[in-house]
Parts: sequence; C-alpha cells; structure tokens
Amino acid sequence: MRIFVDLLSACLLCGFFAPEALAQVTFERILNSGKEPQNWLTYSGDYLGRRFSPLDQINSTNAHSLVAKWVYQIGATGKLETSPLVVDRILYATAQDNRAFALDARTGRPIWLYQHQLPGDIRPCCGRVNRGLAILGDKVFMGTLDAHVIALDTKTGNVIWDVVAADYRVGFSFTVAPLAVKNLVVIGVSGGEYGVRGFIDAYDATTGARKWRFYTVPGPGEPGHESWEGDSWKIGGAPAWNTGTYDAATNQIFWPTGNPAPSNRGEGRAGDNLYSNSLLALNADTGQMNWYFQFTKHDEHDWDATQVPVMIDAGGKHLIAQANRNGFFYVLDRTSGKLISASAYGKITWSDTKDADGRPVARKDASPTLQGHTVCPGALGTTNFMAPAYDPQTSLFYVTARDQCDIFSTAPQPYEAGHAYYGSAYFPSDEAEPYRGFLKAIDPATGEIKWKFEHTSPTLSGLLTTAGGLVFTGDAEGNFIALDATTGRVLWHFQMGGAVYAPPMAFAVDGKEYVAIAAGSAVYVFGLP
Amino acid sequence: MAGHAGYAADDRNPLAGDAKAAKAGEYEFRINCALCHGLGARGGGRGPDLTRAHKKHVHSDAEMFQVISNGIPGTAMPANGTNGQGVGMTDEEIWQIITYIRSVEVKAGARSTGDARHGKELFYGDANCSLCHMVEGKGGRLGPELTAVGGSRTREAMIESVRNPSRRLAWGLTEATKEFPQEYETITVVTADGKEVKGVALNEDNFSVQIMDSSERIYLLEKGNLRSFEKSRESIMPAYDPDLLSDKALDDVVAFLTSVGTK
Repeated sequence: MRIFVDLLSACLLCGFFAPEALAQVTFERILNSGKEPQNWLTYSGDYLGRRFSPLDQINSTNAHSLVAKWVYQIGATGKLETSPLVVDRILYATAQDNRAFALDARTGRPIWLYQHQLPGDIRPCCGRVNRGLAILGDKVFMGTLDAHVIALDTKTGNVIWDVVAADYRVGFSFTVAPLAVKNLVVIGVSGGEYGVRGFIDAYDATTGARKWRFYTVPGPGEPGHESWEGDSWKIGGAPAWNTGTYDAATNQIFWPTGNPAPSNRGEGRAGDNLYSNSLLALNADTGQMNWYFQFTKHDEHDWDATQVPVMIDAGGKHLIAQANRNGFFYVLDRTSGKLISASAYGKITWSDTKDADGRPVARKDASPTLQGHTVCPGALGTTNFMAPAYDPQTSLFYVTARDQCDIFSTAPQPYEAGHAYYGSAYFPSDEAEPYRGFLKAIDPATGEIKWKFEHTSPTLSGLLTTAGGLVFTGDAEGNFIALDATTGRVLWHFQMGGAVYAPPMAFAVDGKEYVAIAAGSAVYVFGLP
Repeated sequence: MAGHAGYAADDRNPLAGDAKAAKAGEYEFRINCALCHGLGARGGGRGPDLTRAHKKHVHSDAEMFQVISNGIPGTAMPANGTNGQGVGMTDEEIWQIITYIRSVEVKAGARSTGDARHGKELFYGDANCSLCHMVEGKGGRLGPELTAVGGSRTREAMIESVRNPSRRLAWGLTEATKEFPQEYETITVVTADGKEVKGVALNEDNFSVQIMDSSERIYLLEKGNLRSFEKSRESIMPAYDPDLLSDKALDDVVAFLTSVGTK
C-alpha cells in the first residue's frame, strides 16, 4: 500500500519532468493577455499600459507573509531598469550593457545568457541601462545602446537578426523596451541629450526589415515643421524612449515623446517645437499620425512627456491618461486626442493658467536664465521614466511622484555632433524644502489624490497593481514594499540591499503566484511561503 | 574605463592650454560639474573649490582624468565617463574640462589669515569642536569628520557652517550618486518603553533608523516599534555666534582646518 502511494505521488510529479510546452507568443495572445494571467507578455503587462496583474493569490490578507524565493545576480555595476517578461515558466529580462537572459522562473537558474558587443564610444544619456524586451513568435527583441535592434531566439539567445537603426556616434541609442504589435516590433529612440532628431520605428519581426519610421520632428513640407526656428528641427530632440500602448479597436499605437533639444534653452528654437513632449496616435500598419496632443509647448525644463500612457474606459468614454513629468495628470479622449482634464498631482510653480482647451500654460518668468531661476518641478520632474500602474478594481491610477525644485540655468552651448547638448545646467535649490518622494493614488475621474504614501527619499521605482488588492513599489533605500491598493497602508516590506530603478511585475508557475523586481544589480522574486 | 580612443591613453592632456578647448570645457563644467563644484569651479555646498591649485585627490592631468571618469570611491564624486551613471562625458569632453579647470586655477586662493596653532588649541579646547568632530584620528564621532574639509570647502563655506550649521546640512545628492546617504538630520524618538533618544541620523529608510546620540551610543530602531519619531533639519550643532566664538577665533579655527586639509 505504501509503495502504491509513493508511486502515485511520484506520478503527480511527472509533469515536472516533461519538456516545457514552448508555444509561440502570437499577437492574439498579447491582445488577450488577461486570459493567461500567469504570463507577462509585454512591457506593461497588457496593451492598455496598466501594469495590472489579474493574479490574486497574493493579496491584502496574506501579503504580510511574502518571502524571497530566489535572487539572480547580474554581476555588473550600474542601474537595472528592466521589466521582466514571463512566458510559460521562463523569465526573460535585460541588464546593463545590453545583457539579455532567460531564467527558469521557478528557480532563477539561467537557460541562456546573451550580451551585445558594444563599441567603446557609445553615448548613453543616463546610465548604460535597458528597460526590457518585447516577445513575439519565437523571438525576443532588444534595442541596444549603439542603436541596433536585435532579435534573439527565445530558446537559445542566438541572434536571429540585427539591424542598425541609426548612427550611435551622433548620439542615437535605445534604452526602451520595444512593443510587439501584429508582426511588427515598434521602438522609439533615445538621444535628446545629444541633439538627435527623434523617431519611432517599426520592424518586421520575422526579417528585421524596417516597415515604417515616424520622425517626431517634422521635416520641411510636413505639418508642424513651422513650429521650429530655422534649422533647429535637424537637432530638435523629441526622443521616444518609453514604451507606448496599442488600441486594437482603432489599430492605433499611442507613443509618448520627449523634450526638444537643447533641453533647457529655448533660444534658437522659437515655436511650439512639435511633436516634442506629445502623445502621438499612430496607425500601427503605416506609422501615419492620426492625432497628437502636446503637453508642454516649447519646453525649457527637460520635461519629457515619455511617461507610459494608460488606456482607461470609463463612463462609455475611451480615455488615455498620463501622469506627466511636468506635474500635471492629463486625461484625453483617445478617439480624438482632445483634452478632458489636467490636474496638478505634485508641487508646481511653472504654470498658473490654462488655455481655452484646459491645457496648463507656462508662466513667462518660468524660463531658465543665465544666472539661474528656481522652478518646480525640477529637472527630474514630478515623475519620470518610472512605470505607473492602473487598477481596474479600485479605478485608481498609481504614480511614483517627487516634489523637488531646481535652479534652472542656461549654458549657451553650440551644437557639435556626438557631444552632449543641453544648453543648460540645473542645481537643486538649497532654499527649497528637502526633496520629497511619494506613491500617489489618483482618481482619474476627478484628478483627486485619494491617498499618498511618503517615502524617506524620492524613489525611481516603477509600480505594479494586482487583483489581490495590492500595489507594489521599491525605494531608493532598497526596500520592496507591498501596500493596500485601496488605503495605501503598508502590508509588507523586504530590504533588498540596493536601490530600485525598475518596475515590478507578477507571474505564476504551477499555480503559484510570484512578484519580481530588479534592485541593485539583481533580480528578486517573491512568493508566499 | 573607456580606453578606446587615443585621448584616454594619453598621460598628458592633449588639449592643454588650448583656449577653445577651455571654453568648451567651461560649458561642460556648467552642465556636468557645477551642481556640486559651483559655477566657476569655486566650490559649492557639496564639492571642493577646484580653483585651488592644490587638490586632495589629483595632481597630474592623467590623475584628474581618472577621477573625473571613474569617480572617487567612498565620496560623493561619481564616475562621469560613459561608463558611469548619468550623462557620460566622452574622453575629449573630460580633457576639455581639465583644460578649463587648469585655466581657472589660482596658486593661492582666499587663504585664511588666522593663526592655525591657536585654531588647533581652540578646536581641541575652549571651542569644543572636538567633542563632536574628528581631525586626524582625534576627536568625537557625532559630527562630520573634518580632516579634509579645509582642502575641499571654501573658507566662506566653513565659516557659514559654524555660524549657521542648519543653513546647509549635507544634502543627499540625486539618487544615482547617493552612495552614502548621511545627512546629519536631528532625530528625536520615544521608544516603546517610553525612553526619549535624541541624536544624529546615521541612516534611515521607510522602516528603520540608525541614530547616534551625544554620548556616541548607536541605536538601531524599527520605526514601527516607536511611540514617536521626529526628524528635523535643525542641526544638533549649536550655532556659534560671535559671542560664543569671535570672528578672530573662528578665523584661527579655519586656518587650522585649512592647514590640515591642504597638507
């Protein structure tokens, strides 16, 4: 009898030894990501940009008992901004200097490791970072710091194709996690700090052939070109370094853009500087623009509008919301691009009026000066690259926020190809309050802040919400924190020993839910005991 | 290390004395360095006055290149080459900055006119500085260690720190370069058993705080177990007004710190 039981229990384990079913990741699977909550198939978890996991095994009643399950050490210094993907028991992520790797999602043991060979003279703006992969078919896709787009085999990490998008020597690079849509890999370029002319590209996922390019700074003869003075459009910036979203109903990609170059000196580029600091609605098949909304016109404070836009359907309306670096939370009608509301969600001094459309307008005296001038928010913005989250259960939008003012000073710097080009310097203002950092829960219907949690110091961590009624965040001091999504009460924390610059995500293997986040130079995975 | 270009392999600055490079370096300096070292390289609240010919960490141009490119371990000076955090500078840009710094160096800055010997007596004696500050291994532990301060802070900054210590506590830098976060805030807590502890923050996060009190005792506390927790940017150091320490005496203390810091 005893033998029988042992055999039976052994047989229950049979599945563990069977080869993993590595089904192809189709466009339809990403489109219906909610049907496979155990997987995390795209940067924000779904095409809506919500960073919401439908998993609820870890919830507000048991989160206090979370424990570390495994840690994967990258073995390199520098910031980790990666958001892992998980597909059918395998976790895919990236790290500094264009490392990519696949791990057994239950144990953290590597399946393959890849590192792109970078030239010595790349021009990364803000650390040798990468925010993650896209996956489609049997390939994962990574943009590199030398402005290549590469496709790696999901089973081996072998390079399937490798295309050069632009010349890294004049300042182009990729740090963004691409977005796979249909059979396309959509990716936006970095390099605003070097006076590049920004663009968003789409590549054939199978061959690597470029299918379309949308220049975020219009050339001669194109609408919007008149918003640039003289030849300033050629070095106008407006990069596109954070991942956009996709609306299947209208076949549109919503992609946000960054600041005009040079970032803190408007002299020489008079005009609105379209399509910098804008949200673009692009036809997914052609890259043609259907509409745009510019958040900050003629920006002089480095307030990239590159924050992930989140699609929300409420009251019969199809909306898209963004917590912008300039300190305002914007809600647009995503059908028309028309502004519905703009509410301050942090400390701001740059605007005290709105135009006829309700768009906040910059004060004349907010411009930087040679001697320096204090403006809030500072150059890092009220938020920045950190992924926000939206929870359809609480109907709250969660954002990592910062109150900081800087002294903005111009530096009349000539453009030279391949050299940093900001025309500016900024200093934390000693006269201002100490910087304060928050996790804020915003009601998109009213712009009201429903609750906020104050960090010891501002964090650059992204966020995750789950159907378990939780919000997860990390902090600059190395803690990973679970909070009640409704109240903001802290339920659990774990000291990871390194600052967090990455967003969390959730997945499940064998019916067990896990939460992952990169901190310091490692990827951490937590679960119930 | 970015050892790719001919520039980095040089032991000498290939742009030394080039006025155009110095001008380019001035822009680069405003953008990349002035945050801590001040406009004109004359020192800010955080970084040393670089117009002084004497520098603690570097002598040759090659050493300066290494320090700018790779940072100084154990200090707030980050790596600024393309291998570091933030917007990296190319080798050429680093050499431009060095050319600029060399162009603004002065052999002798606004040196203290005070009596260093008397300043030392005051520091370890009547002025009570050494109760909380250590210089060359001697003194207290509650406040910042001051051996190098005379070589890295301007005379004006040192005087202000004594006259008005709360004016400019050691701000944490932006996160990327915040290797050690001590900002010397004053913390007052009441523990679970009703004991009040007042001291200087050694470190703090959302859930725990490490404090040193005036008897140099270290407390390791979990915030969740405290009855109360208060943090203030009023320094625990008393403001030394001229009644407490005359201008002449303060000048002597500054002269002492400068003599040690620029050894």
